[in-house]
Amino acid sequence: MTDTAISAATLGGRPRRRVLINKSIAPYLFLLPFLLFFVVFLIIPLLYAFDLSVYRSALVGGVRFVWFDNYKRAFTDPNFWSGVLTLFKFGLLQIPIMLILALFFAMVLDSGIAYGKAFFRISFFIPYAVPAVIATLLWGYMYGPAYGPFAQLATSLGLHKPDFFNDVTIVPSIANIATWEYMGYNMIIYFAALQAIPTDLEEASLMDGASAFTYALKIKLPMIVPTIIVTIIFSIIGSLQLFSEPYLLVNLARNVINSHFTPNLYAYTLAFIGQQYNYSAAISFVLGGVVAVVSYVFMLAANRRVNQ
Amino acid sequence: MTVVGKTGLSPRFRRNRLLLTVVLAIYFVYTFMPIWYVITASTKTNPDLFTSFGLWFASDFHLWQNLSDLFTIQNGIFRNWLWNTFYYAVISAVGSALFATLAGYAFAKYDFVGKKFVFALVLGAVMIPQTALVIPIFLLLSKVGLLNTPWAVILPQLVFPPGVFLMRAYVDEAISSELIEAGRMDGAGEFHIFSSLAFRLLMPGFTTVLILAFVASWNNYFLPLVVLNSTEHFPVTVGLAQWYASAVSGSGGQLLFTVVMAGALVSILPVIIAFLIMQRFWQGGLGAGGVKA
Repeated sequence: MTDTAISAATLGGRPRRRVLINKSIAPYLFLLPFLLFFVVFLIIPLLYAFDLSVYRSALVGGVRFVWFDNYKRAFTDPNFWSGVLTLFKFGLLQIPIMLILALFFAMVLDSGIAYGKAFFRISFFIPYAVPAVIATLLWGYMYGPAYGPFAQLATSLGLHKPDFFNDVTIVPSIANIATWEYMGYNMIIYFAALQAIPTDLEEASLMDGASAFTYALKIKLPMIVPTIIVTIIFSIIGSLQLFSEPYLLVNLARNVINSHFTPNLYAYTLAFIGQQYNYSAAISFVLGGVVAVVSYVFMLAANRRVNQ
Repeated sequence: MTVVGKTGLSPRFRRNRLLLTVVLAIYFVYTFMPIWYVITASTKTNPDLFTSFGLWFASDFHLWQNLSDLFTIQNGIFRNWLWNTFYYAVISAVGSALFATLAGYAFAKYDFVGKKFVFALVLGAVMIPQTALVIPIFLLLSKVGLLNTPWAVILPQLVFPPGVFLMRAYVDEAISSELIEAGRMDGAGEFHIFSSLAFRLLMPGFTTVLILAFVASWNNYFLPLVVLNSTEHFPVTVGLAQWYASAVSGSGGQLLFTVVMAGALVSILPVIIAFLIMQRFWQGGLGAGGVKA
């Protein structure tokens, strides 16, 4: 070995050893700030909620360890399951309508057939910038029997005023607010996925409107199936969390929105009106379980379809 | 090529183009209607709101009076709410975007013990119902005396798991392992590589996460509803919802429906304008991750 070779090895070796040590702890240091808050504001609250859920506090006897009694109670609580049923009705109505609209508009905008593409794309997304609370206020006003434009139009035409707040219409009324809010958001996601597919421009420009759309349906749509599955899962998770819209519409629809209209509303009422933190925690966990099971079942079904 | 395209416009194409544009226009009317309603409603007097047609102006233009009421009732508390919404969102967004960028970089560019487990935890966090988190956070914050302070809203919002997925995907695309390796060859430390080489390349992704986290905080209702009880700390969402409830029940005194509408208008306009200005950021980012905020 020559001198130069030795010196090259030592020169290369020194910084490399320093980097090696650095490299092994660096990822932990990069993760630290996020992980710190993740543990303090997510993991610890969850563990604490779980701890709460296996106790019961009574006026007589104080706090008592009850194993899974609260869960047993939740599983047989008709108030909880009626809330879950409402969510299923809501989800089965709202998610398909919203996502089919989003997919249709994304394909129209992507195919470039219609006029005003940029204008429509941005306008449809704007409701996403409106907080759900304010969207609910606005629609609540519009649904109103006295000052709502729908009721006013019906009256001036000599028709019955539409009732947006009875047992049949309340779920569609809320579904409409959610669709108004999130259709554009999903549309943008689909649009971006469609745009990412490389296309033969010349071929597309030679097609007439109808065959361009068929092309999008038959060739492009199957390519964004993974994106569609992700949006469906996030919509399912979002739907099962429904809270703000019914919580605010209570003011207008006291007869149909009760304290257990959705499980989140029920958990909120139990905790902050009834001071039943233990049982409320158990309800939240069972809801979390329902969310996980429904998402998982959907994913299994979707994978089976895709693999076939 | 353009000539070919132009001459290729068959009558059938023109008809389809017109038809689809009409369909888009109909949905536009639907999208715009509530926003148009809030504009007309905030220009009315309270009696006119009930008697004039909902989608048009009344003869009496009352916007300035409603705005002045909005900013003066209850000693101008609405100004507090706007400011609170804004600074809660700015601090939460900057903090959570920074943490998400660092964490996304670690997940994308390093192998380390526990990586899969931690990432699975972060993914699973999306499924947790908000009540399962916010109610114990409420109880824990009350134990440490942070309840009913701005920190009670800001600190939990610094955790933004979707930002981590998005940044992980973005780092994968934007930064090659060769670049990091080259930095190491030059003897740069890991943090130096991140701060002087990588972060600049990650700016577009960082900005997208910043915007998504800002919107998430601006829209947040459940957390502030639970952890705050003095009106002076409220964000706009909680404050307006409370005004609305008292206007409906008729217990609000001077709290009129039209003032609530003026408040809604004032709180959505700045965000809509900001969205229009910054569209290239959110459009790019939503496409890159395909992840819900």
